[in-house]
Amino acid sequence: MSMSPAPAAGAPVATTSVAIKGFAFGPQSIKVKVGATVTWTNDDQDPHTVTSQNGSGPLKSKTLQNGDKFQYTFTKAGTFNYLCTIHPFMTGTVVVTA
Amino acid sequence: MSVEDDQSPEGMTRRQLMRHTAWFGAAVVLTVAGGEVISQVTGPGEAPAALANDPNALRFIQISDSHLGFKGTANTAVEQSFTEAIDQINALPYRADFVVHTGDLTHLSTPAQFDQVKQMMSGLNTGHVFTVPGEHDSVDDHGQKYRAAFGKGTAGDGWYSFDMHGVHFIALVNTLGLESLGHLGTEQLAFVQKDVAKLSSDTPIVVFSHIPLFALYPKWGWGTNDATQALSYLKRFSSVTCLNGHIHQLFTKTEGNVTFHSATTTAYPLPHPGEAPAPTPVTLPAGKLKDALGIREVQYLEGTDRLAIKDVKLA
Ligand SMILES: [Cu+2]
Ligand SMILES: [Fe+2]
Ligand SMILES: [Fe+2]
Repeated sequence: MSMSPAPAAGAPVATTSVAIKGFAFGPQSIKVKVGATVTWTNDDQDPHTVTSQNGSGPLKSKTLQNGDKFQYTFTKAGTFNYLCTIHPFMTGTVVVTA
Repeated sequence: MSVEDDQSPEGMTRRQLMRHTAWFGAAVVLTVAGGEVISQVTGPGEAPAALANDPNALRFIQISDSHLGFKGTANTAVEQSFTEAIDQINALPYRADFVVHTGDLTHLSTPAQFDQVKQMMSGLNTGHVFTVPGEHDSVDDHGQKYRAAFGKGTAGDGWYSFDMHGVHFIALVNTLGLESLGHLGTEQLAFVQKDVAKLSSDTPIVVFSHIPLFALYPKWGWGTNDATQALSYLKRFSSVTCLNGHIHQLFTKTEGNVTFHSATTTAYPLPHPGEAPAPTPVTLPAGKLKDALGIREVQYLEGTDRLAIKDVKLA
């Protein structure tokens, strides 16, 4: 059976801030340069996390309550897929270029 | 009604494995509409009520998605709802052989939430309590706190199997892959293959998991990406029943020798597949919440071909 969830919509947006709002990461896909620090802010009343997919990645936030922020500085180029462990249908991507 | 002796699962295993009762997968599915139990007969069989009197019947209860610690308008008192579910089980005219909770016991995997759900379930009047974890039970620690609370005697990341009344039960963990979909992984798949290798093909198999083992709605993560492999090991069995939670609503489907039954929740409803932008909690009009919550009674009469599943609303 075909079990891949829908891919991230649209081209990556150049930004270092991601809002968590309405059970979604926005923008869902971003692009940054190596060395950039990305900030996620939970604007929802519900808690969320920012966690690398498949357990093989650098992102591992604590449970973010409303207003909480999570920051990570990307030191390597690559594509980093993440999700919310509380709501795994919430996914996002960070494309890091040299 | 008679209360069955509280035997050890090990004792049951040996005794009942000898019996190799036939089970042809016929099912009577009862759903609830407008406060009444409506039967949807999908195979030959009596109403489950008739089985309740039989001392050879296996009777267990499935509850799911209690989400203790959830705060929101969809249910402002999930602890109260879970208490009511437990009271409803304890008020049944029989003592269930066991109660299985198919995951999302807690909402955020905090130590306090695990303590609370464990404490509350200790009030169940039943022979055994079994659990499988949901994704909400492992939000920050790959299930460590879950296994500390509920993982005694389990293998790997918390999976296990047992036998009762001639039925072989397999409890799987498909919420630890950190993927949008459920995932079992190679170690657990090998466990399933080995676990059933020695069983006679007429042994009824019941599988518990949190996330459905079929592609119910992959866009929302309602499926398990390597379940096909697990089910391939169960193909030779005449009857396989998969019971899951996670989707917070009833859903039944038969595929070949396998019947899938998604249970509802004791906490809050989720939208029907595709009927909302995302599977987020649904706040129903006042007074309607209990219609969406419930418990599931499952009965099996040894030596017959009948598995009866009855979904009952919270009273
Ligand atoms: Cu989330
Ligand atoms: Fe749930
Ligand atoms: Fe779940």
